[in-house]
Amino acid sequence: MITTQRSIGGGGSTQSPRSPQSSQPYLSVSVTEPAKMGNGVQAYISYKVITKTNFPEYQGAEKIVIRRYSDFVWLRDRLFEKFKGIFIPPLPEKSTVEKFRFSAEFIEMRRQALDIFVNRIASHHELQQSEDLRIFLQADEQTMERARTQETGIFKKPSDFMQIFKDVQSKVSDVVLGKEKPVEESNPEYEKLKNYIFELENHLAEAQKHAYRLVKRHRELGQSLSDFGKAVKLLGDCEGEALGKAFSELGAKSEILAIKLQKEAHHLLMNFEEPLKDYVRAVQSIKGTMVERANAFRQQCELAETVKLKEIDLNKLRLMRSEKLLDAEHDYEELKTECEEATRKFENIVRLMSEEIVRFQEQKTIDMGLAFHEFAKGQAHLANSIADAWRSLLPKLEACSSS
Amino acid sequence: MMGPDNHRVHSSEESPQLDSDSLSSNSFSTYKSVFTSLSSDSHHPLSDPLFSPPSPQSLPPPSYSDVVISPLHDESHSFHEPNERDENVENFNNNGIEHDSTELRVSESAIEYLKVSVSKPQKEVEASNSIVPGGNKYFTYLITTTTNILEYGGSEFVVRRRFRDIVTLSDRLSEVYRGFFIPPRPDKSVVESQVMQKQEFVEQRRVALEKYLRRLAGHPVIRKSDELRVFLQVQGKLPLPTSTDVASRMLDGAVNLPKQLFGDSSSVIAPQEAVQPAKGGRDLLRIFKELKQSVANDWGGSKKQVEDDDKEFVEKKERLNVLEVQLGNASQQAEALVKAQQDMGETMGELGLAFLKLMKFENQEASFNTQRARAADMKNVATATVKASRLYRELNAQTVKHLDTLHEYMGLMLAVHTAFSDRSSALLTVQTLLTELSSLHSRAERLDTASSKIFGGDKSRNRKGEELKEAIRVTEDAKNCAIREYERIKENNRTEIQRLDKERKADFINMLKGFVVNQVTYSEKIGNEWAKIAEETGGYAKESG
Repeated sequence: MITTQRSIGGGGSTQSPRSPQSSQPYLSVSVTEPAKMGNGVQAYISYKVITKTNFPEYQGAEKIVIRRYSDFVWLRDRLFEKFKGIFIPPLPEKSTVEKFRFSAEFIEMRRQALDIFVNRIASHHELQQSEDLRIFLQADEQTMERARTQETGIFKKPSDFMQIFKDVQSKVSDVVLGKEKPVEESNPEYEKLKNYIFELENHLAEAQKHAYRLVKRHRELGQSLSDFGKAVKLLGDCEGEALGKAFSELGAKSEILAIKLQKEAHHLLMNFEEPLKDYVRAVQSIKGTMVERANAFRQQCELAETVKLKEIDLNKLRLMRSEKLLDAEHDYEELKTECEEATRKFENIVRLMSEEIVRFQEQKTIDMGLAFHEFAKGQAHLANSIADAWRSLLPKLEACSSS
Repeated sequence: MMGPDNHRVHSSEESPQLDSDSLSSNSFSTYKSVFTSLSSDSHHPLSDPLFSPPSPQSLPPPSYSDVVISPLHDESHSFHEPNERDENVENFNNNGIEHDSTELRVSESAIEYLKVSVSKPQKEVEASNSIVPGGNKYFTYLITTTTNILEYGGSEFVVRRRFRDIVTLSDRLSEVYRGFFIPPRPDKSVVESQVMQKQEFVEQRRVALEKYLRRLAGHPVIRKSDELRVFLQVQGKLPLPTSTDVASRMLDGAVNLPKQLFGDSSSVIAPQEAVQPAKGGRDLLRIFKELKQSVANDWGGSKKQVEDDDKEFVEKKERLNVLEVQLGNASQQAEALVKAQQDMGETMGELGLAFLKLMKFENQEASFNTQRARAADMKNVATATVKASRLYRELNAQTVKHLDTLHEYMGLMLAVHTAFSDRSSALLTVQTLLTELSSLHSRAERLDTASSKIFGGDKSRNRKGEELKEAIRVTEDAKNCAIREYERIKENNRTEIQRLDKERKADFINMLKGFVVNQVTYSEKIGNEWAKIAEETGGYAKESG
């Protein structure tokens, strides 16, 4: 079973992170030792998260904490909020059904995905500086729990309510003013990117679907070979001497190959199908960032619009030499600052996204290249084992027919 | 036509030990073979017992393997053409021809061949006398035969036959060749003929008919039978009398019926009938008697059990029963294996196509070189995946052909059961006659005792006595015929079991070899494809290491 780390720079190994000797800043994380906790409906998996670092903000060179899936979700949500424009690494799905079964394979898949998730964050030059990351990696369990339940609770913060209210308002005004279509950028390159991302998701999902089926086929072939082997052995017992022996040997080889097939099925799942799935998730995460960009753009546009209107009002008031002028000027200044802030935010997102997309493409080429390599390697290895196993039978079969 | 040399006519050293105590210890040194009777121009076996000198077979019969490993292509009519399978594969699986053990068979089977093919189904309309216009529609099939068997008196024959004719042929063969493992004929498939598309159904039937006729042609005894020859040669309507020739049987039956119903003492089983199994219609009384006998057998305890006289046979039968169970199991698992291989190939193909689409997309939309590089990698992987898919499916097609041997032998087990039940029913006939004989004897005794008390005897008693004597004579004859028939069937069983064992062994070894060689060949090919890709993408492994 091969579990490989696929992030670059400071990626952790399976069990414990490397501690490089250099004085370069490093942040090395690994997610290990999944353990089943609790019972029945409330059961969950906890993971040991080991951090090795020389970052000044972090207390100590090494820290071990216990985290569960919802902690990771909290981290992701926080990062998504704070680092708009950056493609936040994706998380494995929540999966409420499989949770109850908790198969070893499911647990391992999830552990691997979470490990990759944290490592990507830790190796991203901006994300790794996140305060939330530090809390996630270092805070004690109670603090973590408090933070988590605050965020992921049903009741949102008051500011969220305001935002929702504002959204509804703007939507209403849009309808009233006849501007039902959401305001969109008219950037052709970005349009191309959006279309690309949406279509890419479809293609990837298709490929991943077939990859998953291929894993199943390996398992099924393994099972049927095993059953065939058993049946052939029994048949051999009916026949005497040489023929019976030949059947027995064939049956035995079948059973051996069945095991190899199961192994390859697992290898295929972890090293080929999962990376494809991860790719799909990553693309979905990008879509999330795109939504943020659209929101930022819209906000910027609305504020710009509002500023213009306010300016007109202000000029009116100036002409009328109204007492409200001072207040109005004050409001105007505030609005302008807000508008500049929104513009800044938006432009920041645009800038970050263009960097991210380059990084993303590079990373994906490497990731897919490795996945293909593992796929080909596994298949070659399997095919050779099969050929070897059957070939070893030939001299015996020859002996049979000449006897 | 057929000389005695070609048949398994043996002199038997064994004295058949039948259960009845009243049987004198005759040893039956010669057996009347059905074949020799047919050679005497009469279709009534045993009308005139002929002695045929025993002659051992000089040539082992041609093998099942010629028929069992069916030719690759439907067009191929020859058993002996080298299989056009994978050229890389040494011809292990070439109809058993290359094998040491069957080299002997090669030379013989090359001497005598009988190739049959079925083609060109054609719709025809039955000329009907009914009031309803447009007669019954049915299909006929063109049957082409080439042979060098002397008895056929020719080398090529072409006839048109319908399915009903096959049924007739099959029924006749099972009457005449009791005790032999006669390949089972294709089903009537009434339901399928209604449900399936006409084209599909007719094609399915054509294939089934061809397989059946080829199996018959591969059976060393049946291939030389009159029935098969007539079927393959004679133009026009099939001249084999059908077993469902109800009219004539009704006629016979009508004559006999009153006597049978009233239990006339002269209603004995005629000798020539003794060699036929009891059938419906006229054999009412006989069936009833045999049923009584079988019940008596069951209740009479182990003494009257069928078959315990031949321990070797009982053992072999048991062994074959066990074999059948395991064969069925293996056959089922083989089917599942084939399906799994097929699915693997299909899903591989779908995966390959998905990658090809993705690659095309990336190339079209590429804004970065990294995308183009990825697309290039993907193309190689996709191509290899599609190739692997094709190889898997080829592998599977071959696997099907090899493992089909299991199915063939499953089908043959049916024939074995029939042959064994021929034996049981023949034995039952013998036992029934023995019982009959014994009761006739005791009646004769009683009559003697009674009439001896009356001086000079009386007319009616004397007449009855004469009748009884006659009945005893006839029944005695019938009993002897029945015993001969039983022994004949036993012998057929024995030689067929021998042949089955020998051929099965060779066929199974062939099957295993073929299967294994096939797996090796294709796995190597598939492995090579992937090894190339693994090498090409090797750079990525080092990068992420």
